[in-house]
Amino acid sequence: MSLAADPLKTGAERLFFRKRLIGFSIPLIILIYLAQLFFAFDIAGLAQRANWENGRTLVADSYSYKTQVMRDNRTGEVSVAVEGERHGRYPDGTAPDWVHLGAVTTIDLPYGHQVQFLPDGLRYDIPGYGTITASPGSQGVQAVLPDGPVPDFINASKNRLTVTTKAGRLTVTRARSEVFRYAMGWELFFFTLDSPYSGMSPQAVLSRALSGEAGAIWHDFWTNKLWRHGDVAWALAETLLMAFLGTMGAGIVALPLAFLAARNFAPLGPLRFAMRRMFDFFRGVDALIWTIVLARAFGPGPLTGALAILITDTGSFGKLFSEALENVDEKQIEGVQSTGAKPVQRYRFGVIPQITPVLISQVLYFLESNTRSATIIGAITGGGIGLLLTQAIITQKDWEEVTYYIILIILMVVVMDWISGMLRRRLISGGEGGH
Amino acid sequence: MVQSVRDVQASYMALVRRRRSYSAILLALFVVLMVSGFRTANDRNAGGFFDGLHRLFDFPAEVLAEASEKAANLPGHLVTFFPALLETVNIAIAATLIGALAGGLLSLLSTRGLSPWPWAVPIFRRMADILRAIPDVVIALVLIFILGGGPVPAMIAIALHSTGALGKMFSEVNENVSLKPVEGLQSVGAGWIQQMMLGVVPQVAPNYLSYALLRVEINIRASAILGFVGAGGIGYELKNAISWGQGRYDDAAAIFLLLFLTIVAVDQLSGHLRHRLTHGTAKGMLA
Repeated sequence: MSLAADPLKTGAERLFFRKRLIGFSIPLIILIYLAQLFFAFDIAGLAQRANWENGRTLVADSYSYKTQVMRDNRTGEVSVAVEGERHGRYPDGTAPDWVHLGAVTTIDLPYGHQVQFLPDGLRYDIPGYGTITASPGSQGVQAVLPDGPVPDFINASKNRLTVTTKAGRLTVTRARSEVFRYAMGWELFFFTLDSPYSGMSPQAVLSRALSGEAGAIWHDFWTNKLWRHGDVAWALAETLLMAFLGTMGAGIVALPLAFLAARNFAPLGPLRFAMRRMFDFFRGVDALIWTIVLARAFGPGPLTGALAILITDTGSFGKLFSEALENVDEKQIEGVQSTGAKPVQRYRFGVIPQITPVLISQVLYFLESNTRSATIIGAITGGGIGLLLTQAIITQKDWEEVTYYIILIILMVVVMDWISGMLRRRLISGGEGGH
Repeated sequence: MVQSVRDVQASYMALVRRRRSYSAILLALFVVLMVSGFRTANDRNAGGFFDGLHRLFDFPAEVLAEASEKAANLPGHLVTFFPALLETVNIAIAATLIGALAGGLLSLLSTRGLSPWPWAVPIFRRMADILRAIPDVVIALVLIFILGGGPVPAMIAIALHSTGALGKMFSEVNENVSLKPVEGLQSVGAGWIQQMMLGVVPQVAPNYLSYALLRVEINIRASAILGFVGAGGIGYELKNAISWGQGRYDDAAAIFLLLFLTIVAVDQLSGHLRHRLTHGTAKGMLA
């Protein structure tokens, strides 16, 4: 009895041992692979290469903005501009309520800090520390600090004085003195300063809109020179257009070709083989290379992006559709044929209804994923929201715009995902046609 | 009697006609959308479709001509760019690995019945949706600004996107899991991690693996594109070779070839493995 059970036991033990071996070796292999990458990607050196200052500016800029008050030390002219940009400049003689223009310009900063531009210099009162004065001129900035050791937040040299506090920043050089005050939010998001509606409360704008100024208000908003809402809307439309044209075009082109690649519809072996290799080629070359090749012929823009998506997806759709066609039930076609249907009618009523669920669900699924691809292709070819995003990132200062574009992109993709999911459920009542 | 049959037929035909006219309207709308869409895209493009059509093959022809002229250099170039290709593939595999691990966890947390905190299921779902919605190029570009160029920003960007995408797909798999093993484990006092590792993961592993393989395929393409926008690897080399213009087209041809072969090879390999996982023999199930 025990003799008969023995080989069974050893067999089971061997099986357990093998399972245990696999159970331990898979995590080990993953771990070794990741450890190998740690050196291949030089992750240890990353800490030095990383620029955390950049990261801090980026994060701060994405939810706050700064207003710059600048005095030209030679002419004595004072100008106030949001983010220091031309389009954000206050008209001459006007300023936000914390700047008092005059012979002596007084700038109130939070926490009781105050900067004054005097005729022959400037002073900065820091509560709890003291008063810094400077008289910039041909001898340098001539900064005078309170007695005692120079704290970290002050950086003073002969030709430059920088004071960075929680209330704002002061920079003085020979040529100019600048004060930055930070505020939460996105500056001038709705109206730039040259618009009469700038700084109005939402209720006031709404009441103006109701009293017949809606057109003018919309115009000022739409042509906002800092945020360019009109251009951004066009860019989003271009991206969606690329995705739509590319996906639908690919579906239209791939459907007839798929018949030529399906075993049960194309009796000619070599033709089938050629079609399949063509699909593989279109897919294998990848959207990146198609984009480069097409951009050479058509230049940058949405058409190039749409065609790149169209070609790549013709390959994907061709493969998927031809697989769906091979799984078609012959009985329905025979049934239609038995009523005396001609070949075209046979396809129309015997085949197409069978593959429609797969067709629609795949096309809608690709439409959603291509919205994302169109953004990426736009970054390469220069079209749509992808282009705006890369431009904003390259300037390295408009991080609030980058944040705005990222939010818009996420919203766009989420909405497309939602629409595509809803249509899929609505159009394909019953089960999903496979993955 | 005869009258009523005729009635039925008439109303049936009316129904058919109405359906047909709806279809015709939809079709017309679609055609109008396509045509006007192409016209708009054409107008907003730098060069028009018909102006550029005859130039379509100029660039490939140029590249091919130069490559065939310097065909002797090709093997050398293939060797030169192989490390860059390896980097691109490594980015994709590492990102998929991280994405699959994180996505697996996220999917378990966002499946009703498996999550240890059922009230947090919608939060984890939205998290996966948002991670999936952000195109990887966005994260990569921002990270390049902070971390500098190189493979790490691309890896993080693709891993985040993969986490969302795989999290969603995995949670669909989780919906069909049998809860009996989980309940069994629970009754003998297993913790949540033990319940998941021993009760759920063995059930879903083949499907998880199949989706992860599909992701590797997608991520290799993504990794090449991210290289092109500055994140290292073969895409970066391609951008350099192309911006050099004529004279370096043999490099470009070698990179095209490497990229093409890799994508096709990974496609075929993952397709084959996935086929075995889903339709395979009982042996195909991983132990």
